[in-house]
Amino acid sequence: MTALEAAIGVVYLGAAACFVLGLHLMNAPPTARRGNALSAGGMGAALLATLVLVVAQGTGPTAWAVIAAGTAIGAGGGLLAALRVRMTAMPQLVSLFNAVGGGAAALIGGFEFGARSDPGAAVAAVIALDVVIGSVAFSGSLVAAGKLDGRLPGRPVLLPARAVLTALLALAAAAGTVLVAAGAGGPAPLAVAAAAALLLGVVGVLAIGGADMPVVVSLLNACTGLAVAMAGFALDNSMMVIAGALVGASGAILTKLMADAMNRPLSAVVAGGFGTGDGGPAVGGGGDVQRIGADDAAIRLAYASRVVMVPGYGLAAAQAQHELRELADLLAGRGVRVDYAVHPVAGRMPGHMNVLLAEAKVPYERMKEMEQANPDFPRTDVALVVGANDVTNPAARRPGTAISGMPILDVDKAETVIVIKRSLGHGYAGIDNELYTAPGTRMLLGDAKEALASLTAAVKALVG
Amino acid sequence: MEALDDLTVFVLSLLVGFEVISRVPATLHTPLMSAANAVHGVVLVGAVLIGASAHTPAGYALAFLACVFAAANVVGGYAVTDRMLHMFRPPAERAGATGEPGAPGAPGGGDGRGTGGTGAAR
Repeated sequence: MTALEAAIGVVYLGAAACFVLGLHLMNAPPTARRGNALSAGGMGAALLATLVLVVAQGTGPTAWAVIAAGTAIGAGGGLLAALRVRMTAMPQLVSLFNAVGGGAAALIGGFEFGARSDPGAAVAAVIALDVVIGSVAFSGSLVAAGKLDGRLPGRPVLLPARAVLTALLALAAAAGTVLVAAGAGGPAPLAVAAAAALLLGVVGVLAIGGADMPVVVSLLNACTGLAVAMAGFALDNSMMVIAGALVGASGAILTKLMADAMNRPLSAVVAGGFGTGDGGPAVGGGGDVQRIGADDAAIRLAYASRVVMVPGYGLAAAQAQHELRELADLLAGRGVRVDYAVHPVAGRMPGHMNVLLAEAKVPYERMKEMEQANPDFPRTDVALVVGANDVTNPAARRPGTAISGMPILDVDKAETVIVIKRSLGHGYAGIDNELYTAPGTRMLLGDAKEALASLTAAVKALVG
Repeated sequence: MEALDDLTVFVLSLLVGFEVISRVPATLHTPLMSAANAVHGVVLVGAVLIGASAHTPAGYALAFLACVFAAANVVGGYAVTDRMLHMFRPPAERAGATGEPGAPGAPGGGDGRGTGGTGAAR
């Protein structure tokens, strides 16, 4: 080992330590941003060290051009997308970044397979695993991003004979991996394994309903981590092994935490077939819905002493978080106590709603998590539900429904519930919301943004 | 022997990963996932390394694509995570008080709203 290699090894070690400490700092909001910066700093140092190494190796001009052009295009595109994306569309962008990460890991595997004449069984097996896991993460994340973005149907797409198809694809990927490890058949088995893995990602994620997408994205994120670790093995780069394994393991834990927050067993998520996606058929039977106009709703809000805002995905989809905050501020200015009750999975991902509300400059301490918010609902005059559905459905308290056992916000315990909703359709779980037909509930039908704006105007007009 | 070293590192890193993010509030699930997503952008190191060792047109093509993908992952991943976390400024900083002075782009100045818990409930 030369002095240069040793120095680079030390930088790699420091970078790996930055990744670990950075992720650890992200456990709490006050230190989270510092954690991300530390992690990014480690990444920058690692990349710089790699460039030094490549310079020292005497790389030719063509290779430099390829590296520079590819990195510039990717970095520019990624940065532009990250800075431009609306916060509501952020989950699908994260999924997209995960897809390209998995794709890159798979490509590295493919390159290494071609570059080595006789890799040996262990390295060949690692390369095959890299390609297979990376390919699943690539295609699966693309499909997940498509579903989150609404380009693909949110409902589970169940292909005929899906179980058989999935089993066959998994078998093909496994057989290809074994053949590659055995050194038999040249590049064909690797190509077959890669193709099967790509299809497996598509078929697998297509079958999963939109409501479960966050868990799926997190799972695929962990997969990409493992693929990167495998690529690290193939390149004999221990920092990539460390970082990949770190993401693989922490991603797996995070996936479990998310599934727990939604009360969905991970096995059921992966099996798919749950939920209908956005906007199912209209509410059928089961009692009458009482509607309310903006003026009446405004009076109830203005003369309440305690109001709880319950935002859901509909709010995010309508980009109405600023209007909600405006209304809340107006009410708070009149002496009404206004809080925001945020369900763990409100929005499209756990924590997504907190990000959206924070973007609208809602004070941190006004956002109550479910455990804090629920004891307050019996003392609440008006619960204003904006675009939230399944997370408020009292049916979750009874056994035997699609959402049974899911923790919900107890909005039905408030004296009056006003629900702003575009239509009387279903939520992701595809079942009727009993809240809408409860005696204390009034429905204000309309687009969240317009409805909130008209409520604000009505409060202003009525009470000056 | 070298393979065993790598395997040791791999297993220990997995264990660190399992331990490093316990008890994280649901509020931070999305940013944390995005941060982990950025960390596996380290695959760019691998993409650069294969680019440097490429010497056939097919090799260059693979390396080029890998560089594009990996660079998008790492740069976009960190940028979008930072944007998310920008929303979670500590209250002291938001009120324009003696928060971290080095936070770039954070709109300074008090917005008059109260400070209080950090939201890290539980």
